[in-house]
Amino acid sequence: MTAPFPTHKQEDWRYADLGALKPVWEQFAEPITLTAGAGESLEEVWLPTADDVRLKRVRLALGPGAKARIFALNNAAVYGRVELDVSLAEGADFELFGANIGTGVSTNEFVTNVKHVGPNGRSRQTIRSVLGGKAVGSYLGKVEVARGAQQTDGEQSVKAMLLDRGATANCKPELEIYADDVKCAHGATVGELDPMQLFYAETRGLDPASARALLLEGFVMGLWDSAGDSDAICTAARDALRRIV
Amino acid sequence: MLDISNLHATVAGKPILNGVTLHVPAGEVHAIMGPNGSGKSTLAYVLSGRPGYEVTEGSANFDGQDLIALEPHERAAAGLFLGFQYPVEIPGISYLQFLRESRNSQRRSRGEPELSGGEFIKLAREQAALLGMDAEMLKRPVNVGFSGGEKKRAEMVQMGIMNPKFALLDETDSGLDIDALKAVGAGINRIMRAPDKGVLLITHYQRLLDYVEPDKVHVLRGGQIVRSGGPELALELEREGYAEAAA
Repeated sequence: MTAPFPTHKQEDWRYADLGALKPVWEQFAEPITLTAGAGESLEEVWLPTADDVRLKRVRLALGPGAKARIFALNNAAVYGRVELDVSLAEGADFELFGANIGTGVSTNEFVTNVKHVGPNGRSRQTIRSVLGGKAVGSYLGKVEVARGAQQTDGEQSVKAMLLDRGATANCKPELEIYADDVKCAHGATVGELDPMQLFYAETRGLDPASARALLLEGFVMGLWDSAGDSDAICTAARDALRRIV
Repeated sequence: MLDISNLHATVAGKPILNGVTLHVPAGEVHAIMGPNGSGKSTLAYVLSGRPGYEVTEGSANFDGQDLIALEPHERAAAGLFLGFQYPVEIPGISYLQFLRESRNSQRRSRGEPELSGGEFIKLAREQAALLGMDAEMLKRPVNVGFSGGEKKRAEMVQMGIMNPKFALLDETDSGLDIDALKAVGAGINRIMRAPDKGVLLITHYQRLLDYVEPDKVHVLRGGQIVRSGGPELALELEREGYAEAAA
């Protein structure tokens, strides 16, 4: 039985391109479940597929002391959505490094719900968006800290770079905390390239267009620095950037 | 080589340089010293073309070219190198990639062939070794996680790789311990001491000048050169302070 088709009234679907999703909903509606048992480690690199519309819905359950690291590139030509529902038992560690790279009239989004169920968990979510044309890039991220989940350490870092006036970045970090001894930080910026970095690159001989392209590459590529095997995602992200810069 | 004449410049509408006149011939190293706020860094930024640093009067010529009319990357291609007081961090881009693309961009502007990947890595390793820097550090993102001293050494490695005609070094000695100071001083001598090259060394202190002996020392104050002399002037400044020596 397929899950009911979402509506824009649902908070976590408010920026979705439901028109594009409708014809393919049945194919994607059922979430995939991933687990990492006690003390286990999991690392996944999610590369884009060639489809214009793609949805990845994942439920990730981390046992005590488990570690998971997800690297994801979201650059659908029409609509791309990476949805992650994560639960962390005691001492679990979750890291997400995701990029939205969009151009034209595309919509790409990360929607996460990270639940710290047990104490001493750590979560890090780092999202970078580079958007040109009339592209929309979003991050809707909720961090829930359950009553007993003391010493939780959660962080959300979201930055977007808009290359054209018609591009849009949405960013909504959300915290729901029921424990009293936790550390949850979030930061979000939407901006342009750092003028001092640009000047530094130009004094080394890069013309302004090459300097911009290089800095944008750095803005995104820094995400994959800690991936065990980053070659494929680096290549895919570089190609996606070249198409919009 | 570098001819600065009656140069006036403003930053955010505020006059900082008020008529700097300075001539650095090929083959010479000149030091500019001066108290905080005298305009030393502004001079370096104006000469390298930082946006927001506006020349309102006067001129700066480099090898007969009007420097002020050039974009920062054109100045680099013409052979000018700025060593930053605070080198900038660029996450996500390795030093090797950054320098290879920069150097090749300079070579393209000059109509020279680009270096192959292998040639470039060899050059970068050589220069890192000469500055006492672990070549593995060049695989890391530009200046990210580098200590203050490592950043300054890395600036000198960049200078060695770019092999410029003229170096403007803005407080390259600040934040260095003795060993790093020696290594940086030796690097400046090795890379830049040549009959067809020149250096303008901006510094607060005499100590770098123990390793890189200047041909001339100038005191900048209130946006003007108020005194010039030989290397002995730096010692006098160190002894008596700017207030006395430049009075």
